[in-house]
Amino acid sequence: MTANPATTGRFGPYGGRYVPETLIPALDELAAAYAEATADAAFLAEADDLASHYIGRPTPLYRARRLEAAAGVTPIYLKREDLNHTGAHKINNTVGQALLARRMGKPRIIAETGAGQHGVATATACALFDMECVVYMGTEDVRRQSLNVYRMELLGAEVRPVESGTRTLKDATNEALRDWVTNVRDTHYIIGSVVGPHPFPLIVRDFQAVIGREARRQILKVEGRLPATVVACVGGGSNAMGMFHAFAADDEVALIGVEAAGEGLGSGRSSASLNEGRPGVLHGSLSYLLQDADGQIAPAHSVAAGLDYPGVGPEHAHLHDSGRARYVSVGDGAAERAFRKLPALEGIIPALETAHALAWVEEAGRRREIEAPVVICLSGRGDKDVVHVSSLSQ
Amino acid sequence: MSHDRIGARFAELAVVGRPGFIPYVTAGYPTLDHTRDLLAGLAELGSDVIELGVPFSDPMADGPTIQRSSQGALDAGTTVDDVLGVLAELRGASEVPVVIFSYLNPLYARGVETFVREAAEAGADGILPTDLPLGADPALETRLLESPLDFVRLIAPTTDPARVRQIARSSQGFVYFIARTGVTGARAALRNELAREAGAVREVSPVPVAVGFGVSTPEHARAVGTVADAAVVGSALVNRLDEGGVDGALALAGELRAALAASPRSAEDG
Repeated sequence: MTANPATTGRFGPYGGRYVPETLIPALDELAAAYAEATADAAFLAEADDLASHYIGRPTPLYRARRLEAAAGVTPIYLKREDLNHTGAHKINNTVGQALLARRMGKPRIIAETGAGQHGVATATACALFDMECVVYMGTEDVRRQSLNVYRMELLGAEVRPVESGTRTLKDATNEALRDWVTNVRDTHYIIGSVVGPHPFPLIVRDFQAVIGREARRQILKVEGRLPATVVACVGGGSNAMGMFHAFAADDEVALIGVEAAGEGLGSGRSSASLNEGRPGVLHGSLSYLLQDADGQIAPAHSVAAGLDYPGVGPEHAHLHDSGRARYVSVGDGAAERAFRKLPALEGIIPALETAHALAWVEEAGRRREIEAPVVICLSGRGDKDVVHVSSLSQ
Repeated sequence: MSHDRIGARFAELAVVGRPGFIPYVTAGYPTLDHTRDLLAGLAELGSDVIELGVPFSDPMADGPTIQRSSQGALDAGTTVDDVLGVLAELRGASEVPVVIFSYLNPLYARGVETFVREAAEAGADGILPTDLPLGADPALETRLLESPLDFVRLIAPTTDPARVRQIARSSQGFVYFIARTGVTGARAALRNELAREAGAVREVSPVPVAVGFGVSTPEHARAVGTVADAAVVGSALVNRLDEGGVDGALALAGELRAALAASPRSAEDG
C-alpha cells in the first residue's frame, strides 16, 4: 500500500514542508484550495477551456523521421510542448496556478525563473487574469536570457534581478521565498517546477501531467502500443514529471530523465543532482542536492539556465531510489551539438534544456542501448538560446 | 546530562523581573577570531542566552544583513566543526546559555543525532532550526525533543491560535515569536500589533516567550521588554560589527541589555 502524497506531502521519504513557520498557513490554504478546485466542475471546465483555446492543447505528437535516421532508432516521436503558447510546457502550470490564486483571492503573483520560460509563462497568465506579477531572476540568467527578460517586461511583469549567491535559479528561488514570507497574505508564489514545499510538487506535477496523458493517448492511436522509452530533461523536473506520470504504472515503459552533466560528472561543474548529489533539505523539501560535507549547497552549472539548479523534485528522488525511472546525464557540449542538429534535421529549434534529452537519445541510439518506440518531451523552443549559443561558437 | 542553563536563566529573570537579552551571532563572521571575542564579550556583559548561528549557503528566512554575514563566514572558510569549536572555547570560560540557530541542511548533512550530540558536548543548550515547523517531520521532531538540547520553536504572526498553543507546548527552554511577517533584518520601527500578538502567545505558553526579527535599537528592546520575556537582536548587531568591529557591537549589546533592564514590566507580571 502506497501512502497518498496528497495527504502525506511525501513521495517515499522525500518532499515535506521544511519552511519557515510563517508560510505554514499559506501552504495549508493552498492545499485546501487545490483540493476544492479539482473537485469543482466549473474550475476544471475553465482550465480545460483555457488549455484548448489559449494554450493551444493538445500539442502534436510528431514523428521525427530524419532524426530517426540520424540516431539509428525508429520510431522517435517528439511531444511538441514547444508549440504551446509562450513556447514551452511551463504555461500548463502557470495558467492552472493563476486560476488557483484568483480562487484564493490573492491579487499578487511572484515567481522565480532560470531560463526565463517560467517567468514568461507566469507573466502571461498574470496579464490574462489582470494580476500584479513580480519575477525574480539571477543576474547571470538575465545576461544569458535577455530576450525573455524583455518578453516578461512587455507582458507587464516586473523582473527583479538577484545578485546573491550563484546569481542563478537557486538564488532567484531564495529571493522569491523571502518575498513570499514577507507578503504571504496577499501573494501567491507560482513555483515553476515540481520542487518546493508540499503541496507544490504535487500541484505542478498534476498541471503538467497533461503532457503524458496526451502523449500516451496519441501514441496508442498511431502505433497501437505504448512507447518502450520515454525521455525528458530534468532540472527541477517539471516537464519530465508531467511526461512520466501517465506512464508510471506502465512497467514496460522505460522512463529516462536526462540531467545536465555540465562540464562533466566529477568536474564539480554539473547540475546532476540525482547522479552526483545526496539527500538534503533545500527550498522546503527533502530531495537530492548538490552539497558539500557540511550541507552547504554547491553551485550548479549547466549551459542551459533552466537546468542550472542544485536540487531536483522530490518525486524524481523517489522514482530514482525505487528504480522506476533511470536518470542519466548529458554535458554542455553534447547538448549544444544537439541544439544545432535538430533545426537542420527537422526544422525545429529546441531549447538548450530540451537538447539534453535529444543528445541522450542519439548517444543511446549509437550504443544501441535504447528501445523504440521512443517519445521525447520537446519541452520548449530554443529562440531564447540562439544568441547565447551563437556567442559560444565564436 | 543537560544542566538546563536556559530554564535556570529564565527562572532568575522572572524572579528579578528583568526581560532577557538574547544576541544573535553568525559564527565565523567576519572571522572566527571576531566570533570568539564577540562571544566572550557578550557573555561578560550579561547576555542571558546567546544564539549562535551556523552559516548556511541559502538562508531563505534571512534578509540582506544575515545573508551577507552567512556568505562572509562561508567565504572565510567557516565549517560546522569551527562553529562547535568556538562554542566549546566559550564554554571553557562561561556558563551563558547558548542556542544553536541553523537551517536544517547542515544538521541533516552531519546526521541530526550526531550534530545534536556533538553540539551538546561542545556546550550547547538548545537548538533552533529555522525550517523545521511543527508537524513537518514528526520523527525528526521527536528526536530533537528527546535530545539533550532544548528544541526551541518559532511562532509567526500568521500562525493561527490553535497552532500557537501547540507550538508553545512543544517548545523547550523558550519559544521564539517572530515580530513581523517577513525575513530577518534591522527595521526603523516595530509593528503596532506586536504587543497584542506577543501577549496572546504569552498567555498560552508554558515556556518564556522571546521576540525577535526587526528588534534593532534600545528603544525597540525596551518596548519588547514590556510584552515579552526576552528580546532577540541579530541584524542590528551584525551591522554594528561591520561598522564598529567587535567593540562597536559589544557597545550596542550593552545598550540593548541596559534598555531591557530598564524596561517597565507590565503590571500583571508582578
